[in-house]
Amino acid sequence: MTDALYKATILDHHKHPRHFGTLKRSTHEAHLENTLCGDEVTMQFKVEKGKVIDVAFSGRGCAITTAAASMLTEAVLGKSLAAVKKLTSKDVDKLLGVKVGPAREKCAYLGLETLHKAFS
Amino acid sequence: MTDVSKKSDFPILKRRIHGKRFAYLDSAATAQRPVVVLKAMDEFQRKHNANTHRGIYLISEEATALYEGARQKVAAFIHAQPNEIVFTRNATEAINLVAYAWGRANIVTGDNIIVTEMEHHSNLVPWQLLCKERKAELRVVPVTDEGAVVMKEFTKLLTHRTKLVAVSGMSNVFGTMPDLAVIARSAHRKNALVLVDGAQLAAHVPVDVKKLGVDFLALSAHKMLGPMGIGVLWAKRELLEAMPPFLAGGDMIREVSLQTATWNDLPWKFEAGTPNAVGAVGFGAAVDYLTKLGMGSVRRHEMALTAYALKKLRHIKGVSIYGPTSARLKGGVIAFNVQGIHPHDLATLLDREGVAIRSGHHCAQPLMQKFGVMATARMSFSVYTTKQDIDQCIAAIAKATKVMA
Ligand SMILES: Cc1ncc(COP(=O)(O)O)c(C=O)c1O
Repeated sequence: MTDALYKATILDHHKHPRHFGTLKRSTHEAHLENTLCGDEVTMQFKVEKGKVIDVAFSGRGCAITTAAASMLTEAVLGKSLAAVKKLTSKDVDKLLGVKVGPAREKCAYLGLETLHKAFS
Repeated sequence: MTDVSKKSDFPILKRRIHGKRFAYLDSAATAQRPVVVLKAMDEFQRKHNANTHRGIYLISEEATALYEGARQKVAAFIHAQPNEIVFTRNATEAINLVAYAWGRANIVTGDNIIVTEMEHHSNLVPWQLLCKERKAELRVVPVTDEGAVVMKEFTKLLTHRTKLVAVSGMSNVFGTMPDLAVIARSAHRKNALVLVDGAQLAAHVPVDVKKLGVDFLALSAHKMLGPMGIGVLWAKRELLEAMPPFLAGGDMIREVSLQTATWNDLPWKFEAGTPNAVGAVGFGAAVDYLTKLGMGSVRRHEMALTAYALKKLRHIKGVSIYGPTSARLKGGVIAFNVQGIHPHDLATLLDREGVAIRSGHHCAQPLMQKFGVMATARMSFSVYTTKQDIDQCIAAIAKATKVMA
């Protein structure tokens, strides 16, 4: 089955999530749940001199939730706090390389929402 | 397996979904409507639309007659009297009506209300609120892993301070059906009343409120091949008579002065404001359709499908099924998970194959916690479901496991 949503990159991040785990010392962190299904994501960041120098995420979720959060961790590492705070759902769509559609938006953007909560 | 209804009666099922044949397996969320329901509603809007009970002219009389005719049909469907049928928006509103009107008049500090562990949030949260407000106790009867109410525990929790037992007639997760008659007899011995959440039950098995001996029954038309936005509270007449009104306004009053009002007769006392007459007409047409099929035949059809689907599902590696594995013990609903595939992903992948299933917590979060899962997939059946739908779903699951492997 060739399916834009379940293409190789997304499945790869789902099966091998990057920066999955916890940080011993984080400067910012947040936890959010998708009330629709109970999926949850925790994101932790270590920020020094205005830059994200370490990141981790944990939780449990569907392939879309996991892959999007995983891709996000790669995207923010080494970035300036100002840039990270500016990330939008459009950026997540770009990372995923596909628009997930209304039924799965909550999954795709859970990591992003968690990130913004951590820095709010 | 003989089909109980004609698929062609349901226009929506002819749709193609992502270019595929449409296998709709989410009837427990909402059922599809036969053309007779659509026609009855259309006809009402084209020819008889007027406010009910208000106009002294022909079409208002027609609208009133159609609205009240629908009430009679629903009453007959559950073996009740028409003046015991209160139209609401849905089962949730019917349950809330009881929680507010009856509950606030009857529950005091130290009383208790009993529910089961497998209630839909609709039949749980209203009682949580009531108990909190009145400092009453909410007691929860456990269910087994197979979704059976543990009757021994129920008997233990039932005391002379129990005022109400609120229980689902058919679980929307397991499809299990508690023995309502037995529950009602035990409850009545302690002078407790019994409310049945019939949202699922009434769509799938014959319901006779007299035989069940319960006190309140909540229904949603959209689960019974009718439209959304219309439901019913049935209650014994004495109870409705004794209850204060729920919503206040037009239609529910007899006489109003600036300071006081007196209430209309049953059931209009509980129907404030302009009703969803077109919805009621659709509901009436839906129960006519079900009656014509015969609820016994509906039950047999869905039981055969359930047995077939259970057998097929068990043959797929990594599938776990929640609830009874015998079709006799359940309605046409199967909650399941496929190892390594989140139910949301499964639902998306199945949708691509034209198969609509539900994924999520099914408004039963406490139950999900009990099973240690976040969510499950769920397929559910109705009169129009065929073996072919199930085969299509099983094939799509097999395909999904390959994608996610
Ligand atoms: C067992 C049960 N109770 C109550 C409800 C609530 O029905 P409605 O949303 O139509 O009020 C549902 C529907 O999801 C249900 O399955």
